[in-house]
Amino acid sequence: MIIAERKSLEEIRQELAPYKRVLVAGCATCVAVCWAGGEKEVGILASELRLARDAEGNEIVTSEATVERQCEKEMIEELSEQVAQVDAVLSLACGAGVQTMAERFEDKPVLPAVNTTFIGMPETEGLWVEMCGACGDCLLDRTGGVCPMVRCAKGLLNGPCGGTRKGGKCEIDPDKDCGWVLIYRRLEKQGRLDLMREYYSPKNYRAVKRPGRVQAARA
Amino acid sequence: MKGAIVAFCCQHSAYPAADLAGKLGLHYPEAVRIVRVPCAGRVDVIHILRAFEKGASAVLVMGCEDGACHHITGNIRAGERVKHCQMLLKEIGLEGRSAVMVNLSPNAPHKFVAATEETTKATSQSPGRQDDNR
Amino acid sequence: MATPFRETLKTKKFVVTAEAAPGKGSNVAKTIEHIELLKDKVDALNVTDNQSSVMRYPSVGVCLLIKEHGGEPVLQITCRDRNRLAIQADLLFAYSRGISNVLCLTGDSVDVGDHKEAKQVFDLDSVQLIHLVHTLSSGKDMAGNELDGAVDFCIGTSASPSSDPLEPQLIKVEKKLRAGVDFIQTQAVYDLDELKRFTEFVRKIDQDVKILGGIVPVIGVKMASYMNENVPGIFIPQSLIDELAEAPKGTGVAKGIEMAARLIRQIKEQNVCDGVHIMFIGREDRVPEILEAAGLA
Repeated sequence: MIIAERKSLEEIRQELAPYKRVLVAGCATCVAVCWAGGEKEVGILASELRLARDAEGNEIVTSEATVERQCEKEMIEELSEQVAQVDAVLSLACGAGVQTMAERFEDKPVLPAVNTTFIGMPETEGLWVEMCGACGDCLLDRTGGVCPMVRCAKGLLNGPCGGTRKGGKCEIDPDKDCGWVLIYRRLEKQGRLDLMREYYSPKNYRAVKRPGRVQAARA
Repeated sequence: MKGAIVAFCCQHSAYPAADLAGKLGLHYPEAVRIVRVPCAGRVDVIHILRAFEKGASAVLVMGCEDGACHHITGNIRAGERVKHCQMLLKEIGLEGRSAVMVNLSPNAPHKFVAATEETTKATSQSPGRQDDNR
Repeated sequence: MATPFRETLKTKKFVVTAEAAPGKGSNVAKTIEHIELLKDKVDALNVTDNQSSVMRYPSVGVCLLIKEHGGEPVLQITCRDRNRLAIQADLLFAYSRGISNVLCLTGDSVDVGDHKEAKQVFDLDSVQLIHLVHTLSSGKDMAGNELDGAVDFCIGTSASPSSDPLEPQLIKVEKKLRAGVDFIQTQAVYDLDELKRFTEFVRKIDQDVKILGGIVPVIGVKMASYMNENVPGIFIPQSLIDELAEAPKGTGVAKGIEMAARLIRQIKEQNVCDGVHIMFIGREDRVPEILEAAGLA
């Protein structure tokens, strides 16, 4: 799923400074699961905004709404009445959700309240780790199901750099595993180390022509 | 609610403790407003923030002692949420208002009184107090 | 005129190279001083490429200075700052200006340097970079287009014999060797046996590649423990740290030089590998002392 982190209150307040009536809009899919932009976070953020503006005597009127997915036009349609009544929309969805909202409600400023960080999974409660870089050219079949593009800090294709720390940790962060050590251990366990000895030629970084556009095959 | 001290009281510990305080004729500050909850773990961040929005000067979340929670980890979760709230209050710039976690047993009326008195005292001395009276 | 490094590697001579780190700024006076001091004492000067991700005068610039002053340069190329177009262009330029040795490296992460917010590239990795140099030698670019004038580089790369775990590193070394390199220089080594084991591993795959042991003098207990803690792939044995601790105050550098020279002498006498690569960053002026003490001057 898509992982995001909420922006600081200060940054959000700067975005909202010119506006009085604000719709705080959440998304109940990915960002709700990573505790960044679901219904609960919408409530907390709206309350924080009211408390902060109260404290400085600068009134703000907030309304709150959370839809199933902000990245689908049909699902944000239900917000149209609420959007009509505000000066700006503060979206807690990922970048795709913010842009879907901005396109649908193009006469209103739609402002992001979160920073979209990566595609990942929860490792333990409250901790999410990056798993996929959406490169459009998946090679997980050859790397033991561990993606070297994002789980190696440098996205190397032919093995670890010389920076691996003691015990197989990453050069840039002793709390992170070296992606290539993970790949090595997985392939070793499966008796498939030959895959690691193969040479992988430079990656096709244009496998997805940016901006990406995928047409589903139709019967 | 202006200046109130909202005490979310777990029905297994803090609420009977407050009840006992009343029966024993112990006095606690009149600003205290008790909200009975089935477990301290029921109190979420948004409940605490809404209390502040309505003008509370302090929020107490009062639950069972360590290891005595009727819902096993409700008091621990409550403690974490209070900590998170303290961070939010700081971010908002409302450091004058306080969110406090108190752990006590149902037969500790004196601890209930002491906690409410202490919070009242701390709140009245804090610089944020003037904001509340604006 | 200096002997081309490729020719030197063909001889039975014990090869000695030294690292030359470009300065930060357009003033190259100090760099020229170091070049003058070292160019005739070593077989080649190996010029770092934005070392440790710290922005500096370019490797190719210092390589040209070395040529101008009659030395033999090795151009370091990392994959961090340039994509495949830029790297190919730089290689064509370097070769056209008489630089004929290249050291192919991955490069440190941007996170460890002084421009931490930069976009790091890593369009290629070091194995692909070695293949790329061979492609350019064949008269074609990576896209298969004909070149008007190919290149002919003596190719080197690096390895970390002290890594933990070592096996993934060795697989990478194997891939580098199979891609085709003329020499391989190691990360700093302090343990002779470790270097021996590494050499044996390499020899099983490639009989001809020249192996240069990496020498980084350690000049104090603090530096030693810092390196053990923070520099990946480096392991300084306790016996060396104890020896440093016993050195009288103010003699750290001299002690470090003595220990480095001793290791070089052991490598040479026991024929552990084909030569050494000395990295004494910031103290290039003291490199001649190491050579002298090691009996290589």
